Amino acid sequence: MIPDPYLFIVIFIGVALVFPLIPLALAWAWRRFFQPPKPGVEKNAIYECGVESIGEAQIQFRSQYYLYAIIFLIFDVEAIFLVPFAVAFTGLPVGAFIAILVFLFLLIEGLVWAWGKGCLQWER
Amino acid sequence: MSEQIDEGLRRELQRQGVWVTSMQELYNWGRKNSIWPLQFGLACCAIEMIATAASRYDIARFGGEVFRPSPRQADLMIVAGTVTKKMAPQIVRLYNQMPDPKYVISMGACAISGGPFKEGYNVLKGIDRYIPVDVYIPGCPPRPEALLHAFMELQRKIDDQKLTGANKADHLTAAQPSEFPVPSFGKHDLEPPANPDVFHPPKIERA
Ligand code: SF4
Repeated sequence: MIPDPYLFIVIFIGVALVFPLIPLALAWAWRRFFQPPKPGVEKNAIYECGVESIGEAQIQFRSQYYLYAIIFLIFDVEAIFLVPFAVAFTGLPVGAFIAILVFLFLLIEGLVWAWGKGCLQWER
Repeated sequence: MSEQIDEGLRRELQRQGVWVTSMQELYNWGRKNSIWPLQFGLACCAIEMIATAASRYDIARFGGEVFRPSPRQADLMIVAGTVTKKMAPQIVRLYNQMPDPKYVISMGACAISGGPFKEGYNVLKGIDRYIPVDVYIPGCPPRPEALLHAFMELQRKIDDQKLTGANKADHLTAAQPSEFPVPSFGKHDLEPPANPDVFHPPKIERA
């Protein structure tokens, strides 16, 4: 007789339940009969590196931060464009060179503009 | 418990291929061979501790290689190095955050008494002023062999701990504290300068 093909899954679920339950039950019995639990303020503290936590964890970041991220991103992308340009530099025509200079100029002009606007000032 | 098993009978049974043990022995055997130290070092002694954990001295032979970065998972605190007064509250707090059972090895002259910096204005004169220490290792720095020796002493101590009875292990006694007060920064020193419940220095009698 062929056993039901789903029988294995039933057995598997049974083993998967009993197997982790045994150590949990043992740990519970150990705590119940031998080792009294000793919770405390510091033992239950959330931060666990010996330093007291200050203030709330759910703080809001200022939107100022967003500006730095954007400026950083622009110059990060610029580097990606500059690397292939530098690698192929000797074989490039004059037009390509001027094109990359224009590209650089636009970015630097943007930086000067942001600087002038006071975007690089760290505000708290 | 283990006192009730006759040693001769036990050896006789062992020869026949029957292993007899007790709950206490099994429990202590498991614990003493998997002491997980807390991963932190304070000064030059920590370098020796690192050497002990590395391949030449290999603390893994004694089951202590799993250095835990979280006090929640650690059994043993190796105070390896100079404890400054700035650091002492953090160390006591880390000790408090370790779950029971927990042990402390005070490694090197600095952790025992302040060592070469004992007269310094900012050095704690021994971590045993605030937390109970199980094993002290003298030396400046103690060699890795000394740390291994301390580790074996600790294993011996764990092996002797009782599960039941009047003098059972501290972590099994509800009345024994598991956390100790954290000192705070006072005007000139830590407040209090020592925890009188923990710190019992020997009285020196001068003739
Ligand atoms: S006991 Fe010696 S080696 Fe160890 S931390 Fe102190 S000064 Fe350094």
